[in-house]
Amino acid sequence: MSVSKPLPHDAAALHVTGRARYVDDIPTPRGTLHLAFGQSTVARGKITELNLSEVRASNDVVAVLTADDLPFDNDVSPSIHDEPLLSDGTVHYVGQPVFAVIARSHRAARVAARKAKIAYEEEIPILTIEAALQANSRFEDGPRIYEKGDAAAAIAAAAHRIEGEFEIGGQEHFYLEGQAALALPQDNGDMVVHASTQHPTEIQHKVAEALGVPMHAVRVETRRMGGGFGGKESQGNALAVACAVAARLTGQPCKMRYDRDDDMVITGKRHDFKILYEAGFDTEGRILGVNFVHYVRCGWAQDLSLPVADRAMLHADNAYLLPAARIESHRLRTNMQSATAFRGFGGPQGMIGIERVMDHASHVLGLDPVTIRQRNYYSEMAGGDTSAPAYIRDREKPETTPYGMAVTDFELHGITRALVDSSDYAARRAAVADWNARNETIKRGIGFSPVKFGISFTLTHLNQAGALVHVYQDGSIHLNHGGTEMGQGLFQKVAQVAAARFGVETERVKITATDTGKVPNTSATAASSGSDLNGMAVRAACDTIRARIADVVAQNAGVAAQNVTFADGRVRAGDVDIGFEDAAAMAYLARVSLSATGFYKTPKLDWDRIAGQGRPFFYFAYGAALTEVAVDLRTGENRILRVDALHDAGASLNPALDIGQVEGGYVQGAGWLTTEELVWDDQGKLRTHAPSTYKIPACSDRPDIFNVTLWDGKNPEKTIYRSKAVGEPPFMLGISAFLALGDALSSCGAGYHGLNAPATAEEVWHAVQRMSHGA
Amino acid sequence: MTKVHVTTTVNGDPVEFLADPRETLLDSLRNSLGLTGSKEGCGTGDCGACSVTMNGTLVCSCLVLGVEAEGAQIETIEGMGGDTQLHPLQRKFVEHAALQCGFCTPGILVAAKKLLEENANPTETEIRYWLAGNLCRCTGYDKIIRAVQDAAAEMRGEAA
Ligand code: FES
Ligand code: FES
Repeated sequence: MSVSKPLPHDAAALHVTGRARYVDDIPTPRGTLHLAFGQSTVARGKITELNLSEVRASNDVVAVLTADDLPFDNDVSPSIHDEPLLSDGTVHYVGQPVFAVIARSHRAARVAARKAKIAYEEEIPILTIEAALQANSRFEDGPRIYEKGDAAAAIAAAAHRIEGEFEIGGQEHFYLEGQAALALPQDNGDMVVHASTQHPTEIQHKVAEALGVPMHAVRVETRRMGGGFGGKESQGNALAVACAVAARLTGQPCKMRYDRDDDMVITGKRHDFKILYEAGFDTEGRILGVNFVHYVRCGWAQDLSLPVADRAMLHADNAYLLPAARIESHRLRTNMQSATAFRGFGGPQGMIGIERVMDHASHVLGLDPVTIRQRNYYSEMAGGDTSAPAYIRDREKPETTPYGMAVTDFELHGITRALVDSSDYAARRAAVADWNARNETIKRGIGFSPVKFGISFTLTHLNQAGALVHVYQDGSIHLNHGGTEMGQGLFQKVAQVAAARFGVETERVKITATDTGKVPNTSATAASSGSDLNGMAVRAACDTIRARIADVVAQNAGVAAQNVTFADGRVRAGDVDIGFEDAAAMAYLARVSLSATGFYKTPKLDWDRIAGQGRPFFYFAYGAALTEVAVDLRTGENRILRVDALHDAGASLNPALDIGQVEGGYVQGAGWLTTEELVWDDQGKLRTHAPSTYKIPACSDRPDIFNVTLWDGKNPEKTIYRSKAVGEPPFMLGISAFLALGDALSSCGAGYHGLNAPATAEEVWHAVQRMSHGA
Repeated sequence: MTKVHVTTTVNGDPVEFLADPRETLLDSLRNSLGLTGSKEGCGTGDCGACSVTMNGTLVCSCLVLGVEAEGAQIETIEGMGGDTQLHPLQRKFVEHAALQCGFCTPGILVAAKKLLEENANPTETEIRYWLAGNLCRCTGYDKIIRAVQDAAAEMRGEAA
């Protein structure tokens, strides 16, 4: 069967020959115009004068648009209509689009955009968490609070108390392909938009609003993206809307792509956090209560910040049963790029909070970091590993998260035991201690972190998907669904599902671009939900057609329809044994429809985000990683020596693609916490706006030894072929790299290292200084 | 600005185009010659997505002017192999799943091909440092290195 095979990415042959078309590669009609935004140079204030005469006079400029020229809605927000496409006279961050240039070439548009003379009445920008708190500059009226039991009392009564705070930086997506859109005007005012987006329906929706037309007048197509990572969930709206408006105005096709610097300056990034924590432990290292305060820098517009901050709260427990917990989350409005979705969607920030608590406690209690975690895990699911200590097995069930969801599919006891064995943890821990005893300048450290990640959109209504499948009379299959392809291999996985349902090879299935004209009202390809949702929708569509074909063949064979089988490219019933193509032709001649839609909605969800109670997730995905690093104490420079990761993708639909997600996720997660540092100056200007100053991991940073294995499991929930979502969860395996750096510093002094993230060489060096001076 | 007439050779074919003197070779390739396999990931010489060779030297085509191509020999991803005859590197990248979104892939293949021309038997460390100027945000690089090693072995006539 085609599922579970390690088939290559559907477009691999196009990728390696350079023929895979991204938006900027689509041949454009003659006369296509190009756009660029003129941007605000101040972080907060009012525009007192906007002099665009030199812009208009610049070479090859066709028109210049300001907010006043927009015929309908001036808004590109995915949430609360607070994000004008072009400034409405106030500016909220350095880089905010103020006007749009339409010119005959990309270069001419960009050159002209730099020629504006804008005068501002500047206000003092709110850039820090402290300033935002002082000004009470926030989204929602006050903090959200989720609570379980009486955390303060539990902590007060505990034998050991720890407390601390740390900062976790944001992260630039750095999808290799920058944002891009192309709008092609059609008859009758209709618009076709090609966009590099994870959310074609949202683009359709915003373009329709901006053009003052119903959604049916706008069709959005997305064949592929050169990476998304959450950065193309809402951040492509501005380009698509600008192109559509310009195309309407000029009657010409219009295209826009951000150059890398513009992309980094204009678009939102991962939310940065400051987390305060206090926790109480018993003498065995069992947690009794924990109290977290999350300060979330959201930037200037709301965008997706509320569900991001919610998801951080929902992962404040990670893999641990918290008898009492309180999580307070402040969503702060600041004068910088509007922070947005990024792989993990707040989950990583929430998770690193409790991992810090475990790390800190293991330091204070002198307990092995793996052991203390195992002692605090939820109970293994029924039928799973039985190595957990008796007190865990004897705990009252079901065990619930701080938001009241029962955890019934836990499998980290088994995963951890397997990883500890396969990575030779005990011997390596001893070897590291030995190395550190013998070496003064280069220290080594090992970090371990588990992941339990909730799968489903926390906005329950988004957990739906549609598909459209046609079988042609020659037996070839046309496949379409609402998911988008950004490199993750979704299209291939879903094609494998379709092929399996019809019992044919994947070659028979034509994968087609995501198209709002084929499948309407789709959700973003996000929350790792791509294969779960679209796989099921496609299965439903295929099964409808298969049942119709089965009826026809059964009648012909004189057997009952349930006795018809589809396998090996053949359809068999009684004495009939024909090729799939003959069965399709037979159904066609019998005047049976060979086209069907499919629909799926995730079951069992029930979530109240205000109360912080219910079941926001269908299931959890699990994994664990062990990382070893070496640190030069003189400079803080460091490198990852070895990584062992064991990850649960359920019954994997495609192990080659899933392992790719784990490797890429780990490296991106480790990058977030080590080298990727965003720096804004005190005027709110992003100083790290190109790969020259913002360092994502390079090939040379790759771990020397990188062992990645998929856990041999099955989703207990009825997902598509019992697989599990795999896009986001492995990102958080990178937390083990951060913990390993801290571990390497443990010999520098008696105190706790107190590392902030990203633990750049500079931050590591500072920690060494703090520790060796006894601070 | 007046455009300059440029005569050059791309993937063995003589070609001509008109270039604004300020336009990059990357833009000339993509916009004037329709060779969109070379990608722009940064425009500043930091990501390698635009890698091509010029007179046998590996260059970032975003840092070379189109007019500098006059009389030169340019090799791009489009010259590496087609459907019927994939280069071993291309085949190994597919086999090893050494790509995800594929946007970095053309540049990495051009760079890796140049490496293997200079050094048929590179060590893992040599590969990782040679490719350090080619950023990939998706894969984490492990499969890329495996694919290059495997292709090198095949090209040396060793079974990997
Ligand atoms: S586009 Fe040339 S190096 Fe990045
Ligand atoms: S495969 Fe996406 S950047 Fe390399």
